[in-house]
Amino acid sequence: MAKQKPSNASFNVEKIRADFPILKRRFGKNKLAYLDNAASAQKPQAVIDALADFYANHYSNVHRSVSTLAMEATDAFESARETVAQHVGAQTEEIVFTRNTSESINLVAYAWGNANVKAGDAIVITEMDHHSNLVPWQQLALLKKAELHYIPVEDAGEQNGQLDADFEFPENTKLFAFPHVSNVLGTVNDIKGWSQKAKFEAPGTTVVVDGAAGAPHFQLDLPASGADFYAFSGHKMCGPMGSGVLWGKKEILQEMPPFLFGGSMISKVEKEKTTWADLPAKFEAGTPNAADAVGLAAAINYLNKIGLKKIHDHEIKLADYACEELAKINGVTLYGPNGNASYATGKNGKDHVAKKPNVEKAQNRVGIVAFNLDGVHAHDLGSILDQDAIAIRSGHHCAQALMERLNVAATARASFYLYNTQEEVDRLVQGVKRVKKIFS
Amino acid sequence: MSDAMYRDQILDHYKHPHNQGHLDKPDARFSDNNPLCGDEIEVFLKIGKDAKGKAIIADVKFKGQGCAISTASASMLTDEIKGLTLDQIKALTRDDVFKMLGVPISPARVKCALLSLKAIKAAVYAYLGQKLNEKVE
Ligand SMILES: Cc1ncc(COP(=O)(O)O)c(C=O)c1O
Repeated sequence: MAKQKPSNASFNVEKIRADFPILKRRFGKNKLAYLDNAASAQKPQAVIDALADFYANHYSNVHRSVSTLAMEATDAFESARETVAQHVGAQTEEIVFTRNTSESINLVAYAWGNANVKAGDAIVITEMDHHSNLVPWQQLALLKKAELHYIPVEDAGEQNGQLDADFEFPENTKLFAFPHVSNVLGTVNDIKGWSQKAKFEAPGTTVVVDGAAGAPHFQLDLPASGADFYAFSGHKMCGPMGSGVLWGKKEILQEMPPFLFGGSMISKVEKEKTTWADLPAKFEAGTPNAADAVGLAAAINYLNKIGLKKIHDHEIKLADYACEELAKINGVTLYGPNGNASYATGKNGKDHVAKKPNVEKAQNRVGIVAFNLDGVHAHDLGSILDQDAIAIRSGHHCAQALMERLNVAATARASFYLYNTQEEVDRLVQGVKRVKKIFS
Repeated sequence: MSDAMYRDQILDHYKHPHNQGHLDKPDARFSDNNPLCGDEIEVFLKIGKDAKGKAIIADVKFKGQGCAISTASASMLTDEIKGLTLDQIKALTRDDVFKMLGVPISPARVKCALLSLKAIKAAVYAYLGQKLNEKVE
């Protein structure tokens, strides 16, 4: 597989920022500080250009006509698939294009789940799952009268924000779904370790990984990962909205019945029956988001030119700095393993022990910092920061099961990516101090 | 715009909300939530009669944790509606709430500002054996 090329040029955030037109925007007198990357990432000019070029110069429907133009469009679409496949170490046929992570997971729930999960089987998910990787399984369990089990999230001590490693998979487990990265806590789950544990304790378990918050940060080798399915969204890794991916092991995809029926997914249609197209077309009914797939390939190329490892190091540095500074504000609670487990007090404790960030922990989290300020609702915090053109997310982050676990209705969340700067973290911290003053 | 939203009056109602709590044996109650942030509110109504025999809000309380905007809105609105007839409640509009709050509500926070109105109206309609059939937000 194509590993990212190690680039010798050092990480130059100002140069990177120049690639993102939106970062030039002013809101009033303020520059935009976009700290909401876990919701969606901004687009570099290279991606915007790739979309424009496809529409301006190569646009046609794909897979359908013999015109030169149709061939160009089809080639662009299929070569985008190759780029994605190489990026995650997979075979091209194993890459199914969808609209987003949610659709990818629903595809597995409807197609694989419907065919394989029976009454009395167990489905295991986690308390830190995004609704996209929770509701489909909850509904499948209800439909099939299967059991639904949640792996708890630790909320204190060294293991704060981690999945409970002592969880035992019920023997009747058929499916285990979990997030590669928590979109609230920034926790990175060990895909291999968890997959092996699940398959050891409940042989035959199929493993689905929600990679929406993982793929933007890590170089992947999916066939070696231990997972059977991995879902992710292009829009969170600088790609276009509407570009989603489902990777699945070829043997499983071959056996799996289709999800959506219609054009493009057939090999032959007779009045009484239909045979399905080969992979991956079997799972891509109708006209695909070809332009968005082309844009996603441009995003992947862009990120690889900079290097995902360097991006990850950069965002962790910002998260550490943010945790360190936020922890100095009395009344701030930080959640999860970020910055350093010792910053995070889990509940609404106030014992902010400022320790040096533990670099060894860097691989175990991404640049996401969830926090609250005593006596202030996250929504109000977000609204006041917005006044300074600081964009964060406040709310339950589509993770209400986790909010329940953390015993909060909502949190604020700052999430960093390649183009963020220390100065933006300073603005965030000043902003939080201003909120505190307004509410005091 | 956002700072203007956090005038003292709003913050006072947030920190010391009026009519917070619950009513024993309410004539109507309704809980609702803001799906954006997970905030929840539950309203309790006691229905009485005015001099002309028209059904009015005799007492009202609300429960729930929310942001400054939704809490202040619930606090003020519950003050406002005491003694109003059910028909008057049905006729309340979003603009009435905005006027009552007296601060510019940014578009992202409209749902927060109107959550209590929505719950109060739904409780009144439920009391009348009807369904809230209008879009409050
Ligand atoms: C962990 C996680 N899973 C799933 C999703 C859903 O992604 P999408 O909205 O692109 O389907 C998100 C993003 O919102 C996420 O962060």
